[in-house]
Amino acid sequence: MELFLIFIGAVFVNNFVLVRFLGTCPFMGVSKQVETAMGMGAATTFVMVVTAAVTWVLQWFVLEPFGLPFLQTPVFILVIAAMVQLVEMFLHKTIPNLYRALGIYLPLITTNCAVLGFSLIAAQEAYSFVEAVVFGLGAGIGFTLALMLMAGMREELRFADVPEPLMPTGIAFILAGLLSLAFSGFAGLV
Amino acid sequence: MRGVIKEFFNGLWKENPTFRIQIGLCPVLAVTTSAMNGIGMGLATTFVLTCSNILVSLLRKVIPDKVRIPCYIIVIATFSTIVDLVMNAFTPDLHRVLGIFIPLIVVNCILMGRAEAYASKMPVLHSALDGLGMGLGFTWALTLIGAIRELLGKGSIFDRAVTAEGAATFGMFSLPPGAFITLGVLLALMNMINARLRKAS
Repeated sequence: MELFLIFIGAVFVNNFVLVRFLGTCPFMGVSKQVETAMGMGAATTFVMVVTAAVTWVLQWFVLEPFGLPFLQTPVFILVIAAMVQLVEMFLHKTIPNLYRALGIYLPLITTNCAVLGFSLIAAQEAYSFVEAVVFGLGAGIGFTLALMLMAGMREELRFADVPEPLMPTGIAFILAGLLSLAFSGFAGLV
Repeated sequence: MRGVIKEFFNGLWKENPTFRIQIGLCPVLAVTTSAMNGIGMGLATTFVLTCSNILVSLLRKVIPDKVRIPCYIIVIATFSTIVDLVMNAFTPDLHRVLGIFIPLIVVNCILMGRAEAYASKMPVLHSALDGLGMGLGFTWALTLIGAIRELLGKGSIFDRAVTAEGAATFGMFSLPPGAFITLGVLLALMNMINARLRKAS
C-alpha cells in the first residue's frame, strides 16, 4: 500500500514536470510530436529506475558510512552520466531500432534535472531500496505522461489561430499552465 | 575593451537566458513564488556561473577535448556544492525555500552551455564578464517573474503589502500553473517589444 501511494504520488499528485518543475527543458523541447515524446519518456524512465538503484546503494553504503554527504551532488551526477552512457551502449547493441529513433535525446538525459532531482529527493526522504526504485518508476512514468499529453495538445495547435507574439513558445507555456491547473486537481489525493 | 563590455551586456537583454534563449527553465518556474526567492536563486546561479566560467577558461588548454564534458560537470558541481553549504549556514530560511534547486544548479543548461560554447574558447576576463552578465540577466528575469507572481498571488512585493487590506488575490499565481502562465505572457510581451524595436530601427 505504501509503495502504491509513492507511485501514485509521483505520477499524479506531485507530477515531476507540472507540479515540481523538474525536467522542464526536455518538456518544452521534445514535446512537438507524440512519438518522439514517448521515446524520450521511455528512455528517461529507464535511466531513472537504474539510477534509483545505483544512487541508493551509493548513498547508504558509501556516502553515509564514510561521512561524505557533501559529495552527494558530484557523485550522483557522475553516476547519472555513466548510466546514460551505459544505456546508450546497451540499446545500440541490443535494440538498434530504438537507439536510432531516440538519437540525440539519449545523451541529453544526463542534463535532465528530473533525474538528478529525484535521486536527491529519494535520498532526502530516506526511502528504502524498493521504495526508491518504485519512486523512480513513478517519476519516469509521470514525466512520460506529461510529455505525451503536451505533445498531443501541441500537435492540435497547428490548426489553431494563435496571436502572433505568443508564437512559438509563449502559447506552449500557457498550455502547460492549463495542464498544470488540471493536475492540481489531484492535490490532496495522497 | 569595448568588446569586453559588450560581452557583459549581451546576457542582460539580447541573449537573455530566460526570455531570449529559453534555457535553464526549471528554477525559473519553480522558485519564483516571491521576488526575494527570485533574487536569491538568481544570485546563487550568478556566483556559480561566473566562477565556473573563470575556471573553465583558465583550464581550457589543459582539459583534453574528449573528456571535457565530465570535467565541466565536476567544476560546476564543486561550485554549486560550495553555494549549497554557504547558503545553508548563512541564509537557512532562503536555503529551505529553494530546497533541491540549489544542488540542481549543476544540471542547469545555462552553466553547461556557457562553459561549452563560450568559456572553453575565450580568455579569462571575457569569460568572467560573460558569466556575470548572463547570471545577472537570469537574476532580473527571475526577480521580475517572482515580483509579478507575488503581487498577483499574495498582494505584496518583497514581502511588503502593496494592495489594500483584504483585497482579493489570485491564489493560482502562487501555485505551479501561475508560473507557466506568467512566463508565457511575459514571453509574448518580450516578442512585442522586440518587434517594436526592430520596426523603429
